[in-house]
Amino acid sequence: TAGAPSSAWACLPDLLPLYYRRLFPFSQYYRWLSYGGVSKNYFQNREFSFTLKDDIYVRYQSFTTQNELEKEMQKMVPYKIDIGAVYSHRPSQHNAVKSGTFQALEKELVFDIDMTDYDDVRRCCSAADICSKCWTLMTIAIRILDRALREDFGFHHLLWVYSGRRGVHCWVCDDAARKLSVAARSAVAEYLSLIKGGEETVRKVVLSDPIHPFINHSLSVVERYFCQYAIVEQDILGSKESVDKVLALLPEDILSFPVVLSQYQYFTSRYQYQSNFTILSEIMLQYCYPRLDVNVSKGVNHLLKSPFSIHPKTGRISVPIDLKELNTFDPFEVPTISLICEELERPRADEAEDDDVKDKENEQEAGERRRIRDYKRTSLAKYVKVFDRFLEAMARSRKGEMLQKSDLQKDF
Amino acid sequence: MQFPGRRKKLIGSSQNDLYDHCLQFYGQPPLENISLTEFETFAVERLKLLKTVENLGVSCVKNSEQYTKKLDAEISSLNFPQKAELSEQKVQGGISEYEKRRKDHISHFILRLAYCQTEDLRRWFIQQEMDLFRYRFNDLHSKHKTDFLHKNNLKYETVSAEEKKSLQDKLIASSYGLSGTKVEEHDVYKVPFQDALDLVRTRKVYLLAGNAYIPHHEIVTIVLNDFRTRLSKALAMTARSLPAVQSDERLQPLLSHLSHAYVGQDYSIQKNIGKISLEQIDALSGKSFPLCMRHLHKALRENHHLRHGGRMQYGLFLKGIGLSLEQALQFWRSEFVKGKVDADKFDKAYAYSVRHMFGKEGKRTDYTPYSCMKVILSNPPSQGDYHGCPFRHSDPELLKQKLQNYKVSPSGTNQILELVKGMHYQLACQKYFELTHNVEDAGFSLNHPNQYFTESQKLLSGGRDIKKEVDMSQRSQENPASVTRPSQANSKQAHEEMGDLDSFFQDE
Repeated sequence: TAGAPSSAWACLPDLLPLYYRRLFPFSQYYRWLSYGGVSKNYFQNREFSFTLKDDIYVRYQSFTTQNELEKEMQKMVPYKIDIGAVYSHRPSQHNAVKSGTFQALEKELVFDIDMTDYDDVRRCCSAADICSKCWTLMTIAIRILDRALREDFGFHHLLWVYSGRRGVHCWVCDDAARKLSVAARSAVAEYLSLIKGGEETVRKVVLSDPIHPFINHSLSVVERYFCQYAIVEQDILGSKESVDKVLALLPEDILSFPVVLSQYQYFTSRYQYQSNFTILSEIMLQYCYPRLDVNVSKGVNHLLKSPFSIHPKTGRISVPIDLKELNTFDPFEVPTISLICEELERPRADEAEDDDVKDKENEQEAGERRRIRDYKRTSLAKYVKVFDRFLEAMARSRKGEMLQKSDLQKDF
Repeated sequence: MQFPGRRKKLIGSSQNDLYDHCLQFYGQPPLENISLTEFETFAVERLKLLKTVENLGVSCVKNSEQYTKKLDAEISSLNFPQKAELSEQKVQGGISEYEKRRKDHISHFILRLAYCQTEDLRRWFIQQEMDLFRYRFNDLHSKHKTDFLHKNNLKYETVSAEEKKSLQDKLIASSYGLSGTKVEEHDVYKVPFQDALDLVRTRKVYLLAGNAYIPHHEIVTIVLNDFRTRLSKALAMTARSLPAVQSDERLQPLLSHLSHAYVGQDYSIQKNIGKISLEQIDALSGKSFPLCMRHLHKALRENHHLRHGGRMQYGLFLKGIGLSLEQALQFWRSEFVKGKVDADKFDKAYAYSVRHMFGKEGKRTDYTPYSCMKVILSNPPSQGDYHGCPFRHSDPELLKQKLQNYKVSPSGTNQILELVKGMHYQLACQKYFELTHNVEDAGFSLNHPNQYFTESQKLLSGGRDIKKEVDMSQRSQENPASVTRPSQANSKQAHEEMGDLDSFFQDE
C-alpha cells in the first residue's frame, strides 16, 4: 500500500506542482490526443476542464501546442482534469463564435463503471469503498465489455483506466468510435446493458429464449467467476438476509426445492436442473454483470476524468490497466502521488548522465528527456509503458490505413 | 401550352409514375397547384392520423392485433392509402387509391412546414411519421417490399451463402422469427451497425466485427433509419426556407395553429408564480401530485438527495406548478443541506443546475416540464433513481404495496394493476386520480403531470361541475393564444377560418 489517503489530500498543493513539472507524461498525452495529426486542429479544438483548488471549476480550456498545455497545467495546478469533446472551434474562444455554430463534433466512446452502482449486490462494502472482494466485479466488467466492443462492434483501440477510487473507465479511441452520433452511442450502451430497473425493481435481469450470442458470451465470463465471487467472497448464501434476497429473485414454484438449503451444492448442481438454467443465469447476471451509466456514454460533449490525473480523495493516479495482467491488477497497489514524488527524491546510483548529449538538445527536448528519466524512476513507469503500447498500436493502424488508401489511389 | 387532349394523356402517364407505389420516401415535393381548402383539409386529416399513431403507440403494443386493427380503421376513415395496387377499382362514390396517394404525398409536405421550426416539433413529427411508415412497410408483401427497395435505390450488401451457413445458429439465436430454412432461402443483409441502431439498441440482431446481420424480414429497420435521416435533413432545410412561406398571409395562421393546437399545452409558460409557498408542498404532494411526483418528493425528503434524472423531472414539475427561482433554490438547498451536502457545495454544484432549469444559465433555454409521454418513454430509471413513471417502471408488487400505503382500496388497486398490465399507464394514473379524489370520472384525458396537479387543485377548490364545461373553457383558453399571433389586415378573415378549423380539433 502506498500512502494513506488523508495525508495525500493535505499534501496536494505541494505535490501537484511537482507532478506536473516532472512526472506527468505530456508527450505521450499530446501524442494520444493529436491522433497522428490526421485531422486539422484536432488537439486545438479539444475541450479540457479543470477543477482548481477550493473547488473552482473551469470549462472550455483549450491549448494550441503541447508546450502551452504544459505551461498552463503547471501554472493552474488542477486538482482534477476532465477531457471533453473536439469542437468546431477552439473551446477557449467559444464566446466569440456565433451562437449555434459552436458544436461538439467528435469524442472517444467512453464507459464509466462505478462500484456504487452495485451496492444492492455487494455485502462487503458500500458507496465509495472498495476492497479486494468486490474488485472482482470490475474484472468481470472489463472482460465482458472488452470482448463485446472488439468482437461485436469491431473496435480495436481501447484504453482501460482505473478511475483512482472506485471504478474503471474505458476510452474507445477508434476513428469510427470518435465519429459516432449521440443515437449510436446510446444504442451501443443499451446493447451492452442487461440490468434494468431502479430502487423499485427487484428482479433486474429478465432473459428470454433464445438467448442472444452476446449474452451467452457474457454468461460464460460470469460463470467463471461466480462461485469464487458470490459464494465465497460475498458469501451471498451466508446469512438469512442475503439468502432471502436471492430467493426474492426466484419464481414461487422454485422455492419448493429442498436443495436450496444446501448452499454451495445448489449452484454447482445446476446441471441437474437444466430447466432452471435461465433463472440461475438471471441471478448470476444480476449479481455480477457490469452496470454502466448510459448517460456517460451517450453524450458527445460529456466530460470524463482524464487518464493520469490524480484522484484528490485518494491521491491515486488514474492509470491505464494492462489487460494481460488483469487478474493480478490490485487497485491498492496503484501508486499515489505522494509515493511517486517520494520515489523521485530518492538518490540514484547511476545519476551520472551523458552530459554532452544534454548540450546538443534544446530546452524542450531536454525537459522531456529529464521527465522521461524521472518517471522511469518511479512506480509510474510501468503504467506509462502500457500507454505507450496503446499509442504504438494506434500509430501502426493509422499507417496501415494510409497505405491502404494510397494503394487504392495508386500513389507511389 | 394548352392542348387539352394531349395534356390529358400526359397527365395519365405521369400519374402512373408519380404514385405507382403505395408507399414513398417523400423525396420529391409536390409540384402542382392546390386550393386552400384542399391544403387545410389534407393537413388537418394527416395530423389526426399522426395523433392517432401517437396515442396508439402509448396505449397498445406496436404491431399487436389491437394496434393494427385500430390504425387500419383510422387510415381507412381518413382516406389515406391502403391498397397495394393502384388499379383497384374506385369504390362507388369514394376516393380512388390514386387520389389517396396524392393526399398522402401532399399532406406530408404541408405538415413539414408546420413542424420544422423547433427541435420538439421536429422530434414529434419524425417519431409519428416513422411509426406510420413502419406500420405501412410491414404491411407490404415481400414482393412489394423488394419493389420499394429497388425503386428507392436502397442497395444493402448481402451475405454469402457460406458465411450464412457458418453463422446460422448465431443468426437464429439473435433474430426474432428466424429459422434455418429462412436463413437458407432468403437474403441476409450485412450493414454497418451504425445503420441499424434500433436493432442494436434492443439487441435484436447479430453483430460481428462492427456489422449487423439483418434477415430479410427485418429490413424495415434499416429502411426506417434511412427514412429518419432523410426526413431529419429535409426538416432542417425546410426550416431555413420557412420565412418565405410564413410571409404568405393565407398560410401563416393555419401553419401556426397546426403546430400549437395539437401538441397540447406544455406548461412552459409559468402561471401563478409564487402562489404556492414551500410549506404547502408536503401537503400538496399527498393531495394533488401525481404518483410519480409524490414518489420523488418522498424520496427527496427521506434521502435529502435526488440524482440528476429525479432532479430534472421533479424540479421542472415544481417550476410548472408555479415555484419561483428563488423558492426553488431555497427548497432544494434546505433539503440537500440536511444530507451530505453543505451549503457551499450546494451553491457551487447544484444551484447551477436549478438556475439552468429556469433558463438562467448556459443555453438559456427555458426547459419545459416533462409530459407523461416523455416520462414514460425516455430515460428509464436505474439503480439509485426515483424518477420515471411508477405505473411503467415499478414492479407491480411494489406498486401494489405503495398504493395500499396510500390508502387506495383493494378493488381500486386491482383496477389500476389491470390497466398497468394492459400498458395503459396514463389511464392507470387517471384511475389513481379518481380514487384519491373520490370521483367517478376524472373529467380529463391525462397526458401531463402538471395537468394532473391543475385538475386536482381545480377539483379540490370546487372550481368545476361538469366535464363538458371544463373542456370548453380549456380549449378556448388555448386558441386565443395562437389566433392573436397574426396581426394583419385580414386577421378577421383568418379568425373566421379558425372557427371552422376548431371543429376539426374536437377530441373524441
